[in-house]
Amino acid sequence: MWVYEKKLQYPVRVSKCDPLMAKFLMEQYGGADGELAAALRYLNQRYTIPDKVVGLLTDIGTEEFGHLEMIATMIYKLTKDATPEQLKKAGLGAHYVAHDSALFYENANGVPWTASYIQAKGDPIADLYEDIAAEEKARATYQWLIDLTDDVDLQDSLKFLREREIVHSMRFREAVEILKEKRDEKIFF
Amino acid sequence: MTIILNEEYYQLLHELQAVDFVLVELNLYLDTHPADVNAIQQYNQYAKLRQQIAHRYETKYGPLKNFGQSLTGTPWSWNEAPWPWQV
Ligand SMILES: [Fe+2]
Repeated sequence: MWVYEKKLQYPVRVSKCDPLMAKFLMEQYGGADGELAAALRYLNQRYTIPDKVVGLLTDIGTEEFGHLEMIATMIYKLTKDATPEQLKKAGLGAHYVAHDSALFYENANGVPWTASYIQAKGDPIADLYEDIAAEEKARATYQWLIDLTDDVDLQDSLKFLREREIVHSMRFREAVEILKEKRDEKIFF
Repeated sequence: MTIILNEEYYQLLHELQAVDFVLVELNLYLDTHPADVNAIQQYNQYAKLRQQIAHRYETKYGPLKNFGQSLTGTPWSWNEAPWPWQV
């Protein structure tokens, strides 16, 4: 069961209408290393991972939905006052034709999200290594996004998300160690 | 309940977001360090503080959670704006 909380995890403010930046941010909305992929990856893997790390996957997966809502808020705020002409100029003409100003799970190039972005191998170490890689790729993407905007308000929220990826990566690395310890215990006895 | 998006609103919202951030951090930390008694103490301490701040927020601005996880006043204001992306 999930319960919705009517607030963002961290404030999202933007200082101008910027549909081009919104287009870039779609990479973290519906892209391969984005927040939707992260949430769905972890929450799906948790059913067959050893009990010791189910809590961690549940909690990080849930937090990723909060990040998805933050990215959605950025895209919404950056495009809500844009005219069709401005969207077209920003490379969102095709998006406008298919979706008006609605959000859609697609990457920065307009490619729709696909489950082939994520994996569940059933092997706990393989799954956790994928999760660590996903966090590192998301961290890098946030850095490139920060580099692409001069909006300090937007940068502030993006820096928060970048730091969260670092923490998630660290926790997943610790989960690997916990599982390795368990595995070695079994071999020893 | 009409919410006026003034300084007071944002301040209380930030207070809630700040304490919730501490709780998310402690929660993930405890998931991989379940024997850390100090962290558990902090977690419970912040959870109590969280309840107080959430109560103050909800009294002024309406329920934060659905499905009976928050008490509601009259009239039903859960489905009223502003939603998180609108503030
Ligand atoms: Fe993450």
